[in-house]
Amino acid sequence: MTVLRFREAVRAAMVEEMERDERVYLVGEEVGHYQGAYKVTEGMLDKFGSRRVIDAPITESGFTGISIGAAMVGLRPIVEYMTWNFSAVAFDQILNNAAKLRQMSGGQLSIPLVLRAPNGSAKQVGSQHSHAMEHFYAHVPGLKVLAPAMPADAKGLLKSAIRDDNPVLFMESETLYGVKGEVPDDPDFIVPLGVASIVREGTDVSIIAWSRMVHVAIEAAAELEKEGISAEIVDLRSLRPLDEETIVKSVTKTHRAVVAHEGWPYGGVGAEIADRIQRLAFDELDAPVLRATTLDVPMPYNARLEQYVIPQASRIIENVHRVLYKS
Amino acid sequence: MTTLTNGDDLHLSLYRKMFQIRRFEEEAARAYAQSKIGGFLHLYIGQEPIAVGASAALRPDDYVMTTYRDHGLALARGMSPRAAMAELYGKVTGCSKGLGGSMHFFDKEHNMLGGYGIVGGHIPIAVGTAFASKYRGEDRVSMVFFGEGAVSIGDFHEGMSLAALWKLPIVFVCENNEYAMGTPLSRTLSVEDVSLKALAYGMERDRFNSEHVLQVRDRLAEAVARARTNSEPTLVEIRTYRFRGHSMSDPGKYRTKEELEERKKKDVLLRSRVELEEKGHKAALEAIEKEVEDEITDAIRFAEESPEPGPEVLEPTTYAGPFAR
Repeated sequence: MTVLRFREAVRAAMVEEMERDERVYLVGEEVGHYQGAYKVTEGMLDKFGSRRVIDAPITESGFTGISIGAAMVGLRPIVEYMTWNFSAVAFDQILNNAAKLRQMSGGQLSIPLVLRAPNGSAKQVGSQHSHAMEHFYAHVPGLKVLAPAMPADAKGLLKSAIRDDNPVLFMESETLYGVKGEVPDDPDFIVPLGVASIVREGTDVSIIAWSRMVHVAIEAAAELEKEGISAEIVDLRSLRPLDEETIVKSVTKTHRAVVAHEGWPYGGVGAEIADRIQRLAFDELDAPVLRATTLDVPMPYNARLEQYVIPQASRIIENVHRVLYKS
Repeated sequence: MTTLTNGDDLHLSLYRKMFQIRRFEEEAARAYAQSKIGGFLHLYIGQEPIAVGASAALRPDDYVMTTYRDHGLALARGMSPRAAMAELYGKVTGCSKGLGGSMHFFDKEHNMLGGYGIVGGHIPIAVGTAFASKYRGEDRVSMVFFGEGAVSIGDFHEGMSLAALWKLPIVFVCENNEYAMGTPLSRTLSVEDVSLKALAYGMERDRFNSEHVLQVRDRLAEAVARARTNSEPTLVEIRTYRFRGHSMSDPGKYRTKEELEERKKKDVLLRSRVELEEKGHKAALEAIEKEVEDEITDAIRFAEESPEPGPEVLEPTTYAGPFAR
């Protein structure tokens, strides 16, 4: 075990897999000489050279398409976007090619591709740099979507993603890069896709979250504890495939659930989870499933309004009170 | 300038391919009219010398990709008419198990990596196959086909720009048939010479009219050699003409009967036939045509008799490994 920051855990996963497998390479804007816009790729150019750590010009659609083509014929590319918000420029490539090619070709082609980038809100970076994009992609069959909260999970999940034969999208909260945690050194350590973790045991309510919102949920749970409310926190880690079993098990124990996520509420992943809980555990529920999400507006620049729009611990607590009929 | 290669054997074999594509598509059009084929059906009739000449310039291990007008290239690369026709019929014996349809022919064995329905979106993907060849130190070449309608979309420019920047072994082939669906060239491009786009990226270019299948082969062979030997991309614009509408639902009212009749007189397929007959190959031509007719009849029968795919094919073709839901 070594204590690593989240960004170092992501880097360690890439370095280990690139050492293990010659077919793995990294491409993106500023990943090489600049050492990564968020310093995730620091030192990688020196280690692997410009053949395998490739600076791309501002051509999201172009280098995504190129990576799909390279994956189709046997390489295993890792693509870094400067933020997931910019992946919208490459949405056609991800949706219409990466996700669909296997089926369109009658199963002849596989696309072993990892797309990764910072995601969600940061501090006052405005509407076009602040959105949590996993909701758009989790909708799409053919894609897998991961959103870890802890450094160890970031490493283990990214290693699984690189070894997976499907297109896998990896969401790194922009605010988590500095978070520290114990990370296994074993190069064979992986975290399987589609398995949630219980980061806090509780009995009164299940808070289901992923990525940055797990940390906000931990903060909320500490406050709730002071009121005598015991919250269980389920960190999904993986949104597709989704660990339905762990969600249902937790709700069966607590009988109440709040889903907490960044991103807009309308048609978001939270709605999918709420649907599954009511379908699979209806008899266990003592209250409707509620969602603590980003408000239904683009992200404002103004600091106070930004904090108002992003889900805070207070919004989770408020929703926990409502499912406990304490408000 | 190029010189025509005067190998009659080669010319006969290329004639056979062109004739096979023509007859395949005529029968596909008939089956479509009988509602045996669904969806869209974009025919390649008139453009055959390009796919056939190009395939003759490539090695079997080179990669090709094209747009939704893909039957011609698939057959030229060696896809069996059975697999092609069964795909049009939506049968499990089709090249994409009946899941792709007319616009999505794939044949990995022949390195035909697909027909794509988003105009120009396939161009960076083809560049990616060239990237992989260079990354692995192989001398494979990629060739990507698109119409002049694709020249305006961003992915065309991003693909060209990165291929030139990274010196990738790819040939971009613009099949300029003068109509982007129903819109003539003059209303889609401010500069009608598509090959000039290469200049902005410091890329080699070529431009010619498709007049002879051997000429297509020879001119593309130059670009292929540049890719294979120097790992340099080329943009090639080939002027051509399609004799049918954009798709089967298009009566083609945007062009006159006279224009169409005039262009049909220049049918490159017929030109090859006349030339080969004049050279004394009448018997060989007749034998080829008989053989192709039988092949297409067999393909239709195969397609009609083949089973449809069942729901069990859906999940394994969506994900490699367990389904992710």
